[in-house]
Amino acid sequence: MAETKRVERPLSPFMIGPYYRAQMTSMSSILTRITGNALIASFFLGAWWLIAAATSPSYFDFVNWLATSWLGFLVWVGSAWAIWYHYLAGLRHLYFDAGKGLDIETAEKLGWACIIGSVVLTVITVIIVMI
Amino acid sequence: MRYLTDRKRAVGKGASHTGTEDHWYMTMSSVALAFLVPTFLIIFGRALGRPAAEVVQIFSHPFVAILTALVTILGMRHFAKGAQMMLEDYTHGSLRKGLVILVFSLAYLVTAMVLYALAKITFLGLLLGAAN
Repeated sequence: MAETKRVERPLSPFMIGPYYRAQMTSMSSILTRITGNALIASFFLGAWWLIAAATSPSYFDFVNWLATSWLGFLVWVGSAWAIWYHYLAGLRHLYFDAGKGLDIETAEKLGWACIIGSVVLTVITVIIVMI
Repeated sequence: MRYLTDRKRAVGKGASHTGTEDHWYMTMSSVALAFLVPTFLIIFGRALGRPAAEVVQIFSHPFVAILTALVTILGMRHFAKGAQMMLEDYTHGSLRKGLVILVFSLAYLVTAMVLYALAKITFLGLLLGAAN
């Protein structure tokens, strides 16, 4: 076999921009992955908060103070949005898996539905939680 | 004469050696989570910011305890396999193996943390219930 010359080619996530034009479909798909994986941080914080509640009132006061600070509020609202985005994009994936909605026009509409829908559901969730 | 059936010779071949097992698990867990997560989100959100005794009372309720356990177990398996798929796309060799072990460990750690908290909260809830 002839010696092949190894060429350093850019890998998938580093293609966007210089080699790959961002589209609605690909960006909404990548965002599914980002939100899903980022949620491990929220889950870890939630588990910590739950353990604190079972440990002692003084320790819980510290964790609860952190969880209800403005930074904590931003983290929870961000997590709620990540959950709802991942949720809607996941439903879209199930629809795609069934072989439906794969033409470009429908797929792009579904992408917008995920983005707008996730914001709407986040606002509704925050209202239900706060009242 | 062939002693192996066609199926036997095909199973375990292909790039993943496990067929579409991971994809099918993600499909199943995503459907389960789609039913569980909205209710959990509201219960968790409304419990945030309450004093410890009230949090214990909320999470010692059988429905909430079982829902939280299910969301955690399914959610963490869903995360572990999803993160594995991401790592398999972007990393190679020993780095990939190390990172996959790391995310699996993290998922099991969070699962154990929540189940431990739920067990302790259930007993605390029993004590509180006995005191009332």
